Amino acid sequence: MQIVANIVVLTSLYALVASGYVLVYKVSRVLNLAHGELMILGAYLLVATSAGITSDPLIAIALTAVFSIIVGLSVYLLLMREMTGQPVLAAVLTTVALGILLRGAMVLIWGPQQLNVASMLSFENASVVLTDSIRVSTASLWLVICTVVVYLGLLAFLHMSRWGMRMRASGQNPLLAAQRGINLHTVYALAWTLSTFSGSIAGVLVALDSRLDVNMAVIGLKAFPAALVGGLDSLHGALIGAGVIAVLEVLLIHYVNPLLSDVVPFLVLIAILIVRPWGLFGTKEELNRV
Amino acid sequence: MSNTETGIGKIAPVRAVAKGDGGNRTAWMGLIVLLALVPLVASPFHLDIASQIFIAAIGALALMVLTGIAGQISLGHGGLMAAGAFTTGILYKETGAGIWITLPASVVAGAVIGLIFGLPSLRLRGVYLAMSTLALHFVVIYLGGEYEFASGASTGIFLDPPVIFGYELYDGQAWYYALFLLVAGTYWGCSNLLNSKTGRAWEALHANETAAEALGVQVARYKLLAFVITSGIASFSGALFAYYQSFVSVEAFTLFMSIQYIAMIIIGGMGSLTGALLGAIFVTLVPYCIEWLMETVPYLGLDISTASSASHAAFGLLMILFLVFEPSGLIGIWKRTVARFSSQSKKEGVQ
Repeated sequence: MQIVANIVVLTSLYALVASGYVLVYKVSRVLNLAHGELMILGAYLLVATSAGITSDPLIAIALTAVFSIIVGLSVYLLLMREMTGQPVLAAVLTTVALGILLRGAMVLIWGPQQLNVASMLSFENASVVLTDSIRVSTASLWLVICTVVVYLGLLAFLHMSRWGMRMRASGQNPLLAAQRGINLHTVYALAWTLSTFSGSIAGVLVALDSRLDVNMAVIGLKAFPAALVGGLDSLHGALIGAGVIAVLEVLLIHYVNPLLSDVVPFLVLIAILIVRPWGLFGTKEELNRV
Repeated sequence: MSNTETGIGKIAPVRAVAKGDGGNRTAWMGLIVLLALVPLVASPFHLDIASQIFIAAIGALALMVLTGIAGQISLGHGGLMAAGAFTTGILYKETGAGIWITLPASVVAGAVIGLIFGLPSLRLRGVYLAMSTLALHFVVIYLGGEYEFASGASTGIFLDPPVIFGYELYDGQAWYYALFLLVAGTYWGCSNLLNSKTGRAWEALHANETAAEALGVQVARYKLLAFVITSGIASFSGALFAYYQSFVSVEAFTLFMSIQYIAMIIIGGMGSLTGALLGAIFVTLVPYCIEWLMETVPYLGLDISTASSASHAAFGLLMILFLVFEPSGLIGIWKRTVARFSSQSKKEGVQ
């Protein structure tokens, strides 16, 4: 039964990260390949706040949330805003460049060694006994809870609030949305901010669960197939896609070969690209537009 | 000259003018002679950098044809180079095959992989294609890692220097000339290809796929051809890389390598073969410049990990700067400078 718990935890992680890809893609048709790095940056921001500003874990996490919002906003305002209206190729390559820039900068600032974030915050990552045979760590439990909260929040926001409707409208047809008086720049900035925020939550929790180093940004790339399997513009699709990837990854590692861990999501990605590139719940017209 | 012939003849002079005048050709010849003389004066360290630039240039030319000319994004260039390097390494280790077998085998392996991963491009564009090529990278690296693990060569595969016509390609000067010839050959081949029907078809499907199809370009065929040819070249440069380093390991082929090649074509200038060469020079030199900078500015402190991270950050920053402020790259800057000077001299001539 432990394997089921592992699947649920991994699903939550991939889903939480994938929501960031979906938000930005759904609204602005930009694929953010720097999402993994932005996610890890969230964890490093927690390191910075806990070391430099406050030692209280809760205040540090709250401050990290604020900082990650600032980061997301400035990524859009300073960089991606310049790329609005440019070809898709240019925007995607810009995010690749941003990713490698962040990766280098993070090592220069915080060093290449692994950091034990949990002990820095004196956060005790005890394993919680759910039943006799199932144990999960406290951070993993938080991860599952946060994913549920973030998804409920995002779905409610997108479908019930005014700004959510504006975001969906801008994604469907930017020209018409702008004609109806929706400020596209505000909407895009909002999407980048929310995406970085949810990514940072994932980064912080992953770092609390294990340790933190810059190579963990690869989780961001592994979560991308989840978003694609579900359909790049479908939020609930990302949740299901994350489930598919997590099930396959955990089972194949468990029964076939542990080395497969890094490659399974990408094999699924290739399969889905060949069979059904718009994903399980995505819109089919997408393909002609990109 | 008959009327029907003038129809054809008309095109030829126009193309000749567009390709540049005789002065350009003299400049090229001068450059080639100059480059051929370099090993007589350069130190082994500089020859090593030059050889690295040559290997990078072959890979960059391939990516430029695929992305810059045919308009197909690829984030898996490092994976293709790894495929070539591993084909060579495995063939050498298992059968002891010579360079005349390993190099063609690497090209074929690259072309086959290119065909497989070009297939999604028939349905996918832009973002989706980028992802499928990124997946290619991880799959090839995984297979390479599996081989290293299974064959017990967990640190990598060692290669002896290749033997060509009974001569062992070992010292820096020999490598310099061999690679120089290969770069020149690749450049010549690519530029001829671009002036052929194939090259025009690629440019057409880059500009507008639907329009190209309406004009009778077989989009599927030429897209796959672009993937097959450029993957073969990339794989070839990977095999050369393996021989040059005399060592193959998955460690060398990181995602960063793919990003470096993208940086080369962005910084060099999209759509220009000369741009690919400029980009290869620029990108290969950046890490050395950073090391030099760290040595000359003492308080920064020099150690291996910070130097490589500094070059990551520098690449990111440079790519962003070029994408935002100078999308036409170094070749664009060069052309503008030339245009400014030539228009100035014309003005002076008129006065």
